[in-house]
Amino acid sequence: MTAKKKTKSVKKAERWQDVDVHELAKLEINQRLTDEEKVRLYTDMVRIRRFEGRSLRSYQEGKIGGFLHLYEGQEACAVGTISLLGADDHVITAYRDHGHALAVGMSMNECMAEMYGKHTGCSKGKGGSMHFFAPDKNYWGGHGIVGGQIPLGTGIAFALKRQGKKGCCLAYMGDGAINQGAVHEAYNLAGLWDLPVIFIIENNAYSMGTSQARSSAYPECLAQRAEAYGMDWDTVNGNILYDVRAKTYEAIKRAHEESRPTVLEVFTYRYRGHSVADANHEKYRSKDEILDYKENKDPITLTRKQFIEEGVLTEESAKDIDKAAMEEATASAEFADKSPFPPATSILEDTYWSMDNKGQDPQIDELNQGRFIFEDGGVYDK
Amino acid sequence: MPQITYRQAIKEALAEEIERDPNVFVMGEEVAQYNGAYKVTEGLWEKYGDKHLVDAPISEAGFIGLGIGASMLGMRPVMEFMFWSFCYVAFDQLLNNGSFCRYMSGGLMNVPIVVRGPANGGTNVGATHSHTPENLCANHPGIKVVCPSNAADAKGLMKTAIRDNDPVFVMENTVLYGQKWEVPEEEYLIPMGKANILKEGKDISLIAHGRAAITALEAAGKLAEEYDIDAEVLDLRSIRPLDVEAILATVKKTNRVVYVEENKPFASVGAQITSIIQEEAFDYLDAPILRVSTIDAPQIYSMPLEKIQIPDADRVVKKVLKIC
Ligand SMILES: Cc1ncc(C[n+]2csc(CCOP(=O)(O)OP(=O)(O)O)c2C)c(N)n1
Repeated sequence: MTAKKKTKSVKKAERWQDVDVHELAKLEINQRLTDEEKVRLYTDMVRIRRFEGRSLRSYQEGKIGGFLHLYEGQEACAVGTISLLGADDHVITAYRDHGHALAVGMSMNECMAEMYGKHTGCSKGKGGSMHFFAPDKNYWGGHGIVGGQIPLGTGIAFALKRQGKKGCCLAYMGDGAINQGAVHEAYNLAGLWDLPVIFIIENNAYSMGTSQARSSAYPECLAQRAEAYGMDWDTVNGNILYDVRAKTYEAIKRAHEESRPTVLEVFTYRYRGHSVADANHEKYRSKDEILDYKENKDPITLTRKQFIEEGVLTEESAKDIDKAAMEEATASAEFADKSPFPPATSILEDTYWSMDNKGQDPQIDELNQGRFIFEDGGVYDK
Repeated sequence: MPQITYRQAIKEALAEEIERDPNVFVMGEEVAQYNGAYKVTEGLWEKYGDKHLVDAPISEAGFIGLGIGASMLGMRPVMEFMFWSFCYVAFDQLLNNGSFCRYMSGGLMNVPIVVRGPANGGTNVGATHSHTPENLCANHPGIKVVCPSNAADAKGLMKTAIRDNDPVFVMENTVLYGQKWEVPEEEYLIPMGKANILKEGKDISLIAHGRAAITALEAAGKLAEEYDIDAEVLDLRSIRPLDVEAILATVKKTNRVVYVEENKPFASVGAQITSIIQEEAFDYLDAPILRVSTIDAPQIYSMPLEKIQIPDADRVVKKVLKIC
């Protein structure tokens, strides 16, 4: 077989691999960061790392139920992209949602308590790890069905455009989600109707135990599928905060100024198994591979190095940040532990707006009929 | 009162709500420039333009999900399924996102979306195009399900659905689209969860939803004329919320019940209502509750056979005679 001649697209797809941090630092979008803002970005990444570490412990202690999909290794993606958002911009993501939640400003307490199933959780203990929400921070979840959130994010962009607002929506998914039909339907709508949405594929190389090569036709580049829908696309080095910011900035500009969608493929890596239940993750990837990422490509280490070089951080101040993040995470676990579980009556609450807002709507009492509570005697609620 | 078609009534509801609230838009396949596959939206695009009438590509999961997302930011989308039979390709969006987002966020958000379109058999279009998913949808807490049986209800309930802050699935009927009823000229709303007594009676209760209520009414006519049986006909109007009080009241009045529906019988709406009645009004029953449903097989194409498969007045009469 003759070697395939590289197309223009393949070259573009590989561009992320040879980014130069020093060149990226000179870009206006990174230049304009104040020292304080840089420390904030670094701190947010460390907070996510420590939060995840602490939640893993809580999971192992049996305090957290169900699934736990950790974000360690991917921190630069959430923090870098979200750092560029303004008041009219929105975020929606999948079940690996802790990083984004902290990056939009949700507290460790409400997130940890949610995983503990406590009443003080962001969703009052009704969503769990995969379903964090904070509409007041334009954060629309937290969605458990692979790819299901992508049409929603497209709809948020549709609403922004229809309402004449200047914002955009960042809609995140994994490299596995890209093969879902709903994602392609949403792509088509976004391209067709010029919607200000940015689809962010967080390519951590695996969907559960399936490598990208085993799941996607033309696996060299997932973002390139955007071309079929008339959308711009780019690839991003997800370990380099400055690259994440630079490429996201371009996409946001396109959304804000031209109301055009973009697909960004952020190359990143998850250190843990798919979920904590995925104890065999070294079967589908090698120890060496994981070690290589941790030692040579870790987004936090690389950012720290850069910021120390710039004189923004010192080894000392970085340690302090780490210590504070650890303490905050520990405190959040204590907060969650001490918090009460929701009362049994809350099982029925928050199902219908109209039931939760009795008295605000003249028809409410009628609407309340026909609700079944399978309590003692199996009576219905009147 | 003037008589207008069921189709026209829905169109008026959409037009009035578009005029009332700039956030209302209708989206679906062929709803705008083509005037709607069943002409429900005829003329609306010309009048209200692209902002309120949006033609979507054939991608139900994509555009239903988009509508749900838009509703989270305060839009009032009215999404049309050309047939409710096509809901299954969008079921993940309808159920996991439409009905559960509010719950999973602990009440932080709501999804004020209407999803509407015809959901019926009886038009010889075979199994894939004859679904009645009202029971499936009503099985999901968080969703409201409405099945209007006549033009006046279709209009009043549609307007209520659009103003409602929860997801409301309105199941219409292609057989009814062209039929006429008296519809008030002045503006009105019909609340969900209020059943409607179509005919008072004392001997037996025919409880029904959707077009089956019309079938029940026809059966009640025959029962009166040919057998001197005075049947009461209760039209549920909405499946969820459900007017349990009205159901129990009619049972306590007549002590006999036949449920009539175009649902297939297994785990149907009628099965649910039967369970409620035996639980709540067992002592008032003088006979077992019987049901008339669509015969339990995929919908047949053959014209004379589909007529047999879905309930008609004669089948209802026969059932009634077993217990009256
Ligand atoms: C529709 C659907 N199918 C399957 C699953 C089970 N599942 C959850 S996550 C996952 C892998 C997804 O991988 P990817 O999209 O790459 O995201 P990542 O976990 O790497 O962040 C699978 C198969 C699901 N939640 N939803």
